[in-house]
Amino acid sequence: METGQPLPAGAPPAPPMRCGMPKPSRSTMGASRVAFRALLLRDLVVLRKSLSVFIPRTILQPFLLVFVFLYVFPKIGESVGGGGRAQAEFAAVLVSGVVGLTIMFQGIQSVALPMVQEFGYTKEIEDRVLAPLPVWLVAVEKVVAGAIQGLFAAIIVFPIAAVVHVRTISLGLAVHWVVLVTMMPLACVMCGALGLTFGTRFNPRQVPILFGVIILPMTFLGGTYYAWMALAPVKVLGWSWLQTLVLFNPLIYVTEGFRAALTNSPHMPLYVIYPVMVGFCALFLWAGIRGFDRRVLS
Amino acid sequence: MEENQRGARVEEQESVICCEQLSKRYEGGVLAVDRLDLRVYSGEVFGLLGPNGAGKSTTAGMLTTRVVPTGGRALVAGIDVVARPAQAKQVIGVVPQTNTLDRALTVWENLYFHGLFFGMSRRAARAAADGGLVLFRLDDRAKAPVSALSGGMAQRLMVARAILHHPSVLFLDEPTAGLDPQSRLALWDILAGLRAEGPTIFLSTHNMEEADEHCDRVAIMDNGHLLSVDTPAGLKASVGADSIVTISATGDLDSLARRLATMEGALRATRADGTVQLHVKGARGILPRVLDIAEREGDTVTDVSVTEPTLETVFITLTGRELRD
Repeated sequence: METGQPLPAGAPPAPPMRCGMPKPSRSTMGASRVAFRALLLRDLVVLRKSLSVFIPRTILQPFLLVFVFLYVFPKIGESVGGGGRAQAEFAAVLVSGVVGLTIMFQGIQSVALPMVQEFGYTKEIEDRVLAPLPVWLVAVEKVVAGAIQGLFAAIIVFPIAAVVHVRTISLGLAVHWVVLVTMMPLACVMCGALGLTFGTRFNPRQVPILFGVIILPMTFLGGTYYAWMALAPVKVLGWSWLQTLVLFNPLIYVTEGFRAALTNSPHMPLYVIYPVMVGFCALFLWAGIRGFDRRVLS
Repeated sequence: MEENQRGARVEEQESVICCEQLSKRYEGGVLAVDRLDLRVYSGEVFGLLGPNGAGKSTTAGMLTTRVVPTGGRALVAGIDVVARPAQAKQVIGVVPQTNTLDRALTVWENLYFHGLFFGMSRRAARAAADGGLVLFRLDDRAKAPVSALSGGMAQRLMVARAILHHPSVLFLDEPTAGLDPQSRLALWDILAGLRAEGPTIFLSTHNMEEADEHCDRVAIMDNGHLLSVDTPAGLKASVGADSIVTISATGDLDSLARRLATMEGALRATRADGTVQLHVKGARGILPRVLDIAEREGDTVTDVSVTEPTLETVFITLTGRELRD
């Protein structure tokens, strides 16, 4: 026993590292799987508890968009996209854009904003990462929970977007099921991962910047109100600069993807949409998990 | 063979935490923990005592997988916390300094979901949550949101949550900081109650009275170094004195300390934050002699007190500084 004298620096403890028998524990993989499921269940229970907030938050923006563009405008004689057939096409463009936009907003609202709070104020995340699974899996769970919320949101919003319009417009909707059932999860996971990336990189004071400087241009330049192909005429010196610029916006692939899934309108080729979305998915997951690791481990 | 306060033969006990040359240097160069060698025995209450910035929280952070060491290694219940953090998390319970309760859930749900995270069946988690609330006297708050709990109640719920999955080691980081005296006592009652069947308890604190009263062994830490490890009684005995005379005086305190150190019965005299501490063995009649020596050189003594050695004394002896700064 030491008695009040400092230990000599670097002195090894008496016997070599022989430290207790490992307590019989479950395999890490088994424990991780169980913990992952339980974390997901927790997030879904919290979602169920907060439906009274989730539903209005989810439907209000899409509802207002279709209400103004497809109901109010035709009523007051404003026409977007021209009259008749062109207007029907615009309606189809808008409805698919609104579904994509809704999913992206879920990624922000259900993953990024709560995470900013948890890192910034509540510190709840510090307990969550003590659950018996690798830290990166806790981050992935957040993405999956966000993706599920995005899926719910899209399912709620689609009927609203498809129903709210003046009778004179007939929506040119045509569901392509194979595209829809692949696009839906891909878009939801990509937007959840985007939420993770934002959530780990912004602190509470920077949230206004997140919305004002990043989300806003993403929304307006994300193909919600127009098809990507239609941007070709916006040219400088013969170069379709806007069409090129928006290619950096992940949302454009989501809205174009839903255009392919829900309409017969012209859209970006699917052989471009799918690989780019998979690429963005991987990029955001990588950046998000890395950011998450940095925030919870030191 | 040493015996700890409970009379257990500590050297024969199994270690449940072992650190070997454990070090942490943060980005930016701060060396928070420097080559720490430490063993914590199974079933004991072990206190890591030191001032703020001593490296206590970093040490606890490394043992609980949240801080990645930059050197050495650490085993908890036989599991390497760096190589296998996810497995190590199965066998530890953590009560952090800040409130990390899940604000989206009720009091009961906080325990129930914790049970599910740690692999309990729904039925077992329900039973454990019910039992935990009764044990920690929170059963009348089961359905309340955690935001409605007082600081003491939130702390109790965090302890209840941390032990729900029967960890081998319970880590508590400054467990009574910010609690009112009544809640402190309640918390120590609970921790004492846990000891019969319960986990090894590793707590970090800067409260020396609590460390003295509640810990089987205490490690004193300062500037990332471990200075001494022993039972509280052993640490205090290591000072060698049976009385500590603390003298506040005007004048040259260094000179006063030198003169007092030559007194008969004096072991050492040290300057500490505006006072001189004189360690004495056999203190009968010491006060008149202290006053005599002080005032002979024209110093004016403003206060003198005689106390038994405390862990504070041990800290001052080891570092020359007070613990409370």
